[in-house]
Amino acid sequence: MAKYLLLKHYRGAPASVNDVPMDQWTPEELSAHMQYMEDFAARLEGTGEFVDGQALSPEGTFVRYDGEGRPPVTDGPFAETKDLIAGWMVIDVETYERALELAGELSAAPGAGGTPIHEWLEVRPFLAAAPTITE
Amino acid sequence: MDEALQRTLTPTVIGILVRRGAHFAAAEDAVQDALVEAVRAWPDDPPRDPKGWLVTVAWRKFLDAARADTSRRHREVRVEGEPMPGPGEVVDDTLQLYFLCAHPSLTPASAVALTLRAVGGLTTRQIAQAYLVPEATMAQRISRAKRTVAGVRFNQPGDVATVLRVLYLVFNEGYSGDVDLAGEAIRLTRQLAAKTNHEEVAGLLALMLLHHARRPARTGPDGRLVPLAEQDRSLWNTRLIAEGVDVLQIALTSDRLGEFQAQAAIAALHADARTAEETDWVQIVEWYDELVRLTDSPVARLNRAVAVGEADGPRAGLAALAGLDPALPRHAAVAAYLHERDGDPVTAARLYAEAARSAPNLPERDHLTRQAARLKAELRS
Repeated sequence: MAKYLLLKHYRGAPASVNDVPMDQWTPEELSAHMQYMEDFAARLEGTGEFVDGQALSPEGTFVRYDGEGRPPVTDGPFAETKDLIAGWMVIDVETYERALELAGELSAAPGAGGTPIHEWLEVRPFLAAAPTITE
Repeated sequence: MDEALQRTLTPTVIGILVRRGAHFAAAEDAVQDALVEAVRAWPDDPPRDPKGWLVTVAWRKFLDAARADTSRRHREVRVEGEPMPGPGEVVDDTLQLYFLCAHPSLTPASAVALTLRAVGGLTTRQIAQAYLVPEATMAQRISRAKRTVAGVRFNQPGDVATVLRVLYLVFNEGYSGDVDLAGEAIRLTRQLAAKTNHEEVAGLLALMLLHHARRPARTGPDGRLVPLAEQDRSLWNTRLIAEGVDVLQIALTSDRLGEFQAQAAIAALHADARTAEETDWVQIVEWYDELVRLTDSPVARLNRAVAVGEADGPRAGLAALAGLDPALPRHAAVAAYLHERDGDPVTAARLYAEAARSAPNLPERDHLTRQAARLKAELRS
């Protein structure tokens, strides 16, 4: 088994096919979308492939060290930052092909008009622990 | 309470329940329930006969569950209150459990989870922790696995090779969580070796022991990977090495060579060298030739190229590497190593950096990044 991160972007991914912003959907379309995501996670738990799923607020702050004894410097959010992560799902699957298949299903979540968003999701393999036998 | 003893008894007790007429899935659940009760009851009131205690309690749990099930479905009670006499342990139940849990209809991950629970006696929580997934996910993986093998007859003879693949997977997972999976794999393989007279079971046990012996030397105090050539060999566990070599030698006398015996032979040759320089690379190449013949595996060919590089020089190693697919995992790392030995640090540094980018795990990535950084620093000065 190998773990993969399915990464969902607010910004920074190529435009989806059904590219109507969420705040312009009807309440029913929003409910259908949420339900789809919940059902998807529940189904993965049932197949023993679910690890974690979280949504992130679009609001974020950049923080950095500013020297001994000084409070960290904060800045942002930066409007010009290209990449904005919306959330993720972590899956534990037998093959890379299975990870792609599941990402494809997640991308089919319904949006405006109740049709699939065709959203671009990024699939990233986890770096695992080192195997015992390598030579 | 002696958890080790309790876990050793797990497969035996499941086997007894199955022989008395319980389906495997129900028997397995009942034994898990009995184990939970043992954790509660044994510290205050340790049983004189732990196995008898577990059989009695597990059988009662099974009857309770079966009655609840039948009354829920408004069916007649099919299970009698008293245990059926059963044929006892004429056929080895534990061995049958190994076969069932590694049944070819299961995916590798399901077979691993089921083996650890039903043969290893680990709880779902422990297995989930070991594989870094939520307990609910692991519970589902196990119950799906049990459904998959529900129709398999318990006394069907199985294929040892599938069991060995499962045990190899468990061993190679290492020790990321609380449970030492490598140690557990050795325990289960040792138990299997005691019940069969199969040369590849012995081969796998030897392979595990020989690799486990090197474990204290494989990582530095800061957690970094220490390559074989740089390991402090005084940290190697000589008792495990001696046992591994003994087990392997007995297996080899059967004259039925298999991939695990060949891999163990390579590990034994490494273990036999007091310093990296004393390694008998010529013999190691011969064993890799056997391994390639047995498995035709590209990974074996890649490792063979490293051995050829040591035995006949880096040029010969690079020639052995030339025919292999550059997309193979660790191909760039092997090429980098051989180019450095061949006196080409520029190519080596570039390949180490490339290998680091495609490394499948964190310790290897860090190791390869250090190699690239070391060479680049040397080139600058």
